[in-house]
Amino acid sequence: MIAGSVFDDLPFGGYWLALVLKAAIALGIFLVVPLAVGYMEHKVLAHMQARLGPMEAGRFHGWAQLVADGVKFVQKEDVVPAAADAGVFSLAPAVVMIPYIVTLVAIPFGASIYLLDLDVGVFFVLAMSSVGVIGVLMAGWASANKFSLIGALRAAAQLIAYELPLVLATAAVVMQAGTMSLLGIAEAQHSVWFVFYPWQLFGFVIFMMASVAELTRPPFDMPLADSEIIFGAYTEYTGLKFAFFLLAEYGGIVVMSAIAATLYLGGFQPLFGIAAFIPGPLWVIGKVFALSFVIVWLRATFPRLREDQLQRFAWIGLTPLALLLILVTSVYRVGIG
Amino acid sequence: MSDTQLHAGIGQGLLKGLSVTLRTMLHRSITVQYPHVKPQLPPRTRSVIALKQENCTVCYKCSRECPDWCIYIDAHKESHEPAGGGRARSAKILDRFAIDFALCMYCGICVEVCPFDALFWSPEFEYAEYDVKELTHEMDRLEEWTYTVLPPPALEEGAEAPADDATEVAS
Repeated sequence: MIAGSVFDDLPFGGYWLALVLKAAIALGIFLVVPLAVGYMEHKVLAHMQARLGPMEAGRFHGWAQLVADGVKFVQKEDVVPAAADAGVFSLAPAVVMIPYIVTLVAIPFGASIYLLDLDVGVFFVLAMSSVGVIGVLMAGWASANKFSLIGALRAAAQLIAYELPLVLATAAVVMQAGTMSLLGIAEAQHSVWFVFYPWQLFGFVIFMMASVAELTRPPFDMPLADSEIIFGAYTEYTGLKFAFFLLAEYGGIVVMSAIAATLYLGGFQPLFGIAAFIPGPLWVIGKVFALSFVIVWLRATFPRLREDQLQRFAWIGLTPLALLLILVTSVYRVGIG
Repeated sequence: MSDTQLHAGIGQGLLKGLSVTLRTMLHRSITVQYPHVKPQLPPRTRSVIALKQENCTVCYKCSRECPDWCIYIDAHKESHEPAGGGRARSAKILDRFAIDFALCMYCGICVEVCPFDALFWSPEFEYAEYDVKELTHEMDRLEEWTYTVLPPPALEEGAEAPADDATEVAS
């Protein structure tokens, strides 16, 4: 059923060529799509507040705003606090950013358009997308700043709390699809997307809420909480290092949206075979943007949850519901499916 | 907890919030693209004080009433021999009229006390300068600003007619 990758039969005996090409593609996606999502956030957030957002940079509706921001960040002075642990401090942005690039590798963009089909794809992407929090902890600890440390510890506590419902919801998808390969999961939704099963729709909502919390995006942005701890673990960062954290945040939105699109919205599969002439990669990009829009929409709408509300919501709200979801899915698998 | 809150199901408030932001997004935004589009200011906008030099009799009332002394007036006297002979008539000629807008607090007292309608509120607001000293604007500039003074809005129905007629006030 699973066709080979388009990268399998490249000329010149292709292993190294394919490898370089794949790495370049993953990096290219990571550098372009998050900027587009960031621009969308500027615009959507602005219009939801009856504003216009960026209108000047690049002449046409401020399309080059984030490019201009990037240029600005490069010009800024790179400050390392005197009391900071300089090595760890400088390494932290990379530790936050790189796992998201690596995660992108496992996302399928079409039946034969994928960079890497792993048998343990789901496990891989969930594990990789959680590595970033180590970078946040490094940043918080090495900054030698109490706000940074509070923010980092909150981020770690939040990740532990929300990883559980996230993984349990994903486990329900894996049970239904009968495979952990992301390509296999997408193929399993050939006729019906998983989100159209009532219990999986429920799982989808859990997954999205947990992803927003993992990304520490509003309304689950207690680790950043700019009105009380300045900017959490990123308080002491300037210039390019700070830009890397921001890029990682938007890269994270893209990656989590792509995972959710693959798990619940059929990845590259068209809706009930409608408009099947649209190629797979476009479906994936479209779904990523739709889910990113929802994440921005949540940010524009809801106020920040308090730290104790956050933890309560995860432990006595989402986690038991996710366990219930597993129960329902297993009944379906064993009894009906 | 009120009855309505009890009957509204779980998460209804969340959905309501989402619908508010979505509807706002779909409406046209109210932003005016200022440097490209000039704002539509209401009549009687109090942005800057303009001077109609013709009307000024150099009575100094404005500069004396000004709470922070930001109006500078210089004048001299000229005598004219009447054509038919007789005692020379003197007139005050305005040499300088300047307002230091770095000091001005836009109280409008000068506009109020001016007995001959020489001072007006103008809706011009683009007179920022790079140096605070440049904010003392001279009378040529103040004169230019009178050109854009908007006519006052029409009176509301049933309102008392304005007492701008000297005879009306006397009677």
